[in-house]
Amino acid sequence: MSTLADRTLCELAPLVAGGKASCREVVQAFLDRSAEVDARVGAFVSLRREEALREADEADRARARGEARSPWHGLPLAVKDILVSPDFDTSCGSRILRGFRAPYESSVLRHVRDAGLVVVGTTNMDEFAMGSSCENSALRQTANPWDLTRVPGGSSGGSAAAVAAREAPVALGSDTGGSIRQPAALCGVVGLKPTYGRVSRYGLVAFASSLDQVGPFARTVEDAATLLGVIAGHDPRDSTSVGQEVPDYVAALAGLPDGLRVGIPREFLAEEGADPEVLERVHAAIRVLEARGAKTVEVSLPHSPYGIATYYLICMAEASSNLSRYDGVKYGFRSEAPTLDEMYRSSRSEGFGPEVKRRILLGTFVLSAGYYDAYYRKAQQVRTLIRHDFESAFESCDVLATPTSPGPAWPLGERVDDPLKMYLSDIFTVTVNLAGLPGLSVPCGFTGAGLPVGLQLIGRPLDEATLLAVGQAYQRETDWHTAVPEL
Amino acid sequence: MRISAETVLELADLARLRLDPEEVERMRRDLDAILGYVEKLSELDTTQVPPTAHVLDISTPLRLDRVAGVLPVKEVVRNAPQHDESSMIVPKVIE
Repeated sequence: MSTLADRTLCELAPLVAGGKASCREVVQAFLDRSAEVDARVGAFVSLRREEALREADEADRARARGEARSPWHGLPLAVKDILVSPDFDTSCGSRILRGFRAPYESSVLRHVRDAGLVVVGTTNMDEFAMGSSCENSALRQTANPWDLTRVPGGSSGGSAAAVAAREAPVALGSDTGGSIRQPAALCGVVGLKPTYGRVSRYGLVAFASSLDQVGPFARTVEDAATLLGVIAGHDPRDSTSVGQEVPDYVAALAGLPDGLRVGIPREFLAEEGADPEVLERVHAAIRVLEARGAKTVEVSLPHSPYGIATYYLICMAEASSNLSRYDGVKYGFRSEAPTLDEMYRSSRSEGFGPEVKRRILLGTFVLSAGYYDAYYRKAQQVRTLIRHDFESAFESCDVLATPTSPGPAWPLGERVDDPLKMYLSDIFTVTVNLAGLPGLSVPCGFTGAGLPVGLQLIGRPLDEATLLAVGQAYQRETDWHTAVPEL
Repeated sequence: MRISAETVLELADLARLRLDPEEVERMRRDLDAILGYVEKLSELDTTQVPPTAHVLDISTPLRLDRVAGVLPVKEVVRNAPQHDESSMIVPKVIE
């Protein structure tokens, strides 16, 4: 039976505007769905049941007065536990931040609130966004809605699972090396990492500041385009946010751009690089685009085999600096000790989980005297080569098509003892962050075992509009995104 | 072996982390494997390559350096594990 919780944001907006459903009914439908499935899925770390319903009632009253703040006023969304707000706690999946309530609102959530969207709850994630499976969360375990014995991907696994399980029509996540696109692929939903600087990072808890970017999860490209339009834009509070005008992303969905050239990176579609079933689905997706008039060209990204090494060196260095602020003094967890130095050590040792400690130690190593040039500076030089690879590729094509993840969701627990193996699952996503480019993951089929596969589309800087147009054209031809996991 | 137990302990000291003996060995093993993997970057000659400072070829927008939106001290210190109306409280640092 189809309920309001099966609808997308763009389907709900006219229902509510036309009086066919109230905001309260819509928010209630998603909360009911959560009550039914989240004990098994584990997408949320906290739900704002009463507050969300109250905000929905306020939206209904505002709409009745003809004062809708946007077409989405009163409609629900879920938010990764990494964007701060004075209205709810932000723990970043960590014991060290448990119970933290920021005194200010992140710019992204300010935009979301200005549009009148209702935050139904915060979603689970790997601690400080460090992980590819959600298993590094100190708060709870999240399962993949398509197979509850498997990981949802990470780090924004809770947001991906919430949208896949229809606990929210859309959600926000953050992506440092694939943390939106990879869980979107593994959970069979759409995920977009915008260009570095397209969305403000003010109030996003920092992991690796030169790579982090906030973006949307949705079931359709149209909803993702809608949410991107809400959150994108320059912010005087984030000097790395870009000043360029925000285009109308939904208007850009009109169709596949004329003469579109899709670049197929040789290195990303090599036989040994990915699961054969994944490659087969991605090739099939590319054929769908060809049938709609796209021209494919083979391109080369020769330095992509160095992407993982470069990415992890840079993100660990940045993380070790960023996470020095957690010391038991200003906020979060403190372990009492007789001296200040002992208090720092005890608070950090008891507050951080093993993966966070591992990255802080490695980051400290690669930034230390005598190793800086060999590791950190070297990685920033290879990053330049990786950026040049993309610039060259975009001379002969408009978007690149690759798998999002080399394989489908793996069994919970399988990779927790092998950090390097976990890191390698990000092989197709990290170079996009290193180059600051936009990347979109769109569901493109299922493996024989019924696990979702994602197609990754990579665009030129600030060209989210083309990515979204291609994604939308693909979804118009296929129905993978309408499949519902049995829960 | 690229990383010794002593190095792990030195790094932990710099990062203000305390590791128990099993953690030291586990971290030593993991750091060693990860540094072994990233070693592949040395295959590339980067002598003429400038390191990336910013990913996009754009200039940072400037703004006037004006004081704005200051948070009340009371609200800022509220999150400290130990605080009074205007200060965060820590163990005594000067005898």
